[in-house]
Amino acid sequence: MKFKVNEHEVFASTGGRPFDKKKPLIIFVHGSGLTHMTWVLQTRYFAFHGYNALAVDLPGHGLSSGESLKSIEEMADWVSDVIDAVGHKEASLVGHSQGCLVTVECTSRYPNKIKTLSLMGGAGAIPMNPELLSLAENNDPKAVDLMMDWAHGPAGHFGGHPVPGLYHINTGTMLAKSRTIQNTLGVDFRACDNYKNGFEAAKKIKCPTLSILATDDKMCPVKEGKKLASLIDGSQVDIIDNCGHMMLLEEADRVLTVLKKFITTNYPPLSS
Amino acid sequence: MSDKKKELKPNTYKFDTLSLHAGYQPHKNAGSRQVPIYQTTSYLFDDVDHAAALFNLERGGHIYSRISNPTVGVLEERVASLEGGTAALATSSGMSAIFLTVMTLCEAGDHLVVSSQLYGGTVNLFRLTLPKFGIKCTFVKPRDTEGFKKAIQKNTKGIFGELVGNPGNEIMNMPEIAKIAHDAGIPLMVDATYQTPYLCKPFEHGADIVIHSLTKWMAGHGSSMAGILVEGGKFDWMQNDKFPTMTKPYEGYHGLSFAEEFGPTAFTMKARAEGMRDFGPCLSPQNAWNVLQGIETLSVRMKKHCSNAEEMVKYLSNHESVAWVSHPSVPDHPDHELAKKLLPNGRGSMIAFGIKGGKDAGVAFINNVKLASHLANVGDTRTLVIHPASGTHSQMDEATLKFAGLSHDMIRLSVGIEDIDDIKNDFEIGFRAARKPRLVSNQ
Repeated sequence: MKFKVNEHEVFASTGGRPFDKKKPLIIFVHGSGLTHMTWVLQTRYFAFHGYNALAVDLPGHGLSSGESLKSIEEMADWVSDVIDAVGHKEASLVGHSQGCLVTVECTSRYPNKIKTLSLMGGAGAIPMNPELLSLAENNDPKAVDLMMDWAHGPAGHFGGHPVPGLYHINTGTMLAKSRTIQNTLGVDFRACDNYKNGFEAAKKIKCPTLSILATDDKMCPVKEGKKLASLIDGSQVDIIDNCGHMMLLEEADRVLTVLKKFITTNYPPLSS
Repeated sequence: MSDKKKELKPNTYKFDTLSLHAGYQPHKNAGSRQVPIYQTTSYLFDDVDHAAALFNLERGGHIYSRISNPTVGVLEERVASLEGGTAALATSSGMSAIFLTVMTLCEAGDHLVVSSQLYGGTVNLFRLTLPKFGIKCTFVKPRDTEGFKKAIQKNTKGIFGELVGNPGNEIMNMPEIAKIAHDAGIPLMVDATYQTPYLCKPFEHGADIVIHSLTKWMAGHGSSMAGILVEGGKFDWMQNDKFPTMTKPYEGYHGLSFAEEFGPTAFTMKARAEGMRDFGPCLSPQNAWNVLQGIETLSVRMKKHCSNAEEMVKYLSNHESVAWVSHPSVPDHPDHELAKKLLPNGRGSMIAFGIKGGKDAGVAFINNVKLASHLANVGDTRTLVIHPASGTHSQMDEATLKFAGLSHDMIRLSVGIEDIDDIKNDFEIGFRAARKPRLVSNQ
């Protein structure tokens, strides 16, 4: 579906179901340089089981217009604006990687709006490798290739996608190269590198929180994810073996099962 | 000690490694080092909710082997990885892969622009069968790049061609024809069977969908039929209103928009969800496994195929019984320079040559070679020969043969990986017979 936030058109996948204001809202926030499509193996389930599942394209990404937002704080405010724009008062947030920084900041800023928080491959800070940052800011496609290498665990490099026939390293590469790299990945990496408030923001979070981490995550290692989770009262942690940073694709089924249990328990669907 | 900073390099697996490993994780398959053959029709559901989720594409997984199968899935991922594609769908043959591609793209009333130099079966599909479904085609000679542009109509949904035409070895100028297609907002579909991803990666030159008859070089051993369509993932289905079945809500899956939901893999998802469901040209797991065995040695075999082919080109070019030789490695081949650009790892192992003495000499040659096999296939490890005018393209009338660039003296040679001297010696027997067709036929 398309709607406007701050006068710019936003695209969000609804998981193949029409948006229904009566249903509780889950907003899925993608990682650096990516799009709503990274969530395809999670959103459809929720969309067909009593929720509005909105996998948004951040401004300047995927099918959304406007320029990419330059800071995690701006993105956090934008997510809050999305909730308002679609006519809801509250939402459950799900973030991946950079999306975790955004949703942690958003939850700390708008505690009354956010009912549950699910973090995948999250950390309190994501300092960027200077060379990778430079490549992305200079529009070098090698930045995407490096990201896809580091984002997939050793098993993920072999493939074995849960959806038959899909090769996720090439799919991720295509998503990250679908818009101008320096305007998406470059801006996002700089925003991640600049963001320093993650641990302080985490301390303010009181809603039920889940962290899904992966043993082979090179971009946000388990110890960083645990450190963030330890600062959030009552945070649940689920660790997936033999999996890298792209757990939402590499182990999509496991992620959905854990997410489904957490969200339906803490933020029940509209019963049919 | 050097203080030079180490340059960052992506360590994703390279071609030869992907040929052996892509798409498969042993630890998820009881540790089996070899890909298991999942000889089953169907798969247990955990519960009713799980079943519903699989049917509704909410979860990845297998339901019924007509739609997908774990062994076939490994093959699909492997070929997608080798081509640089986002997704692939394997079928029971190359022809069914072409048919499924067209039926996923087109509806009745649509039109395609098609290269005229194609495998005879493909010509008949586009010329005779697709019109029965209301899909019309305009044929254009593969070197007539401007002709492709002129043939595009309002209802044209794509351009289709073989990268190197069968059997005349005419090469489509893929980058230029891709630009023509993309300027018109339509995809370019390329049958790259002759090249395999070892010789050419069409997505790097603008193709949007790549099709293979895996039966040929990919499987390589003449044992198993299989086909595949591979998606490049760059084509924007939402850029215009030409592809409503990709962009509009689809009744068959609760209003799903394939382009919105699946983006760079939308075409493959639709081909599987709709095409395999409704037409059902599924690949057997045994044949998928056989093809996987072939792909494991693809680069090794292709190097030998190409080096033997170049030797045969030299041999034939200097032979007194040969009137002409067509192979992209020949300097006076009209597409020699284009071939160097599109086929950097080798120009392939298909050679067409004209035998002096015309049709009778051709028949004598074919009937007398002993090592080379006379049959209707290409891309076997063994050397194969055929006389197209009386074999693969025999269902064409005289005018269609001429338009397809075929002549009665043409012999199509698929060079195998035998010892090159043995192939040459065998051809000497054939040529001797061809020079004296009557004497030999009376023996």
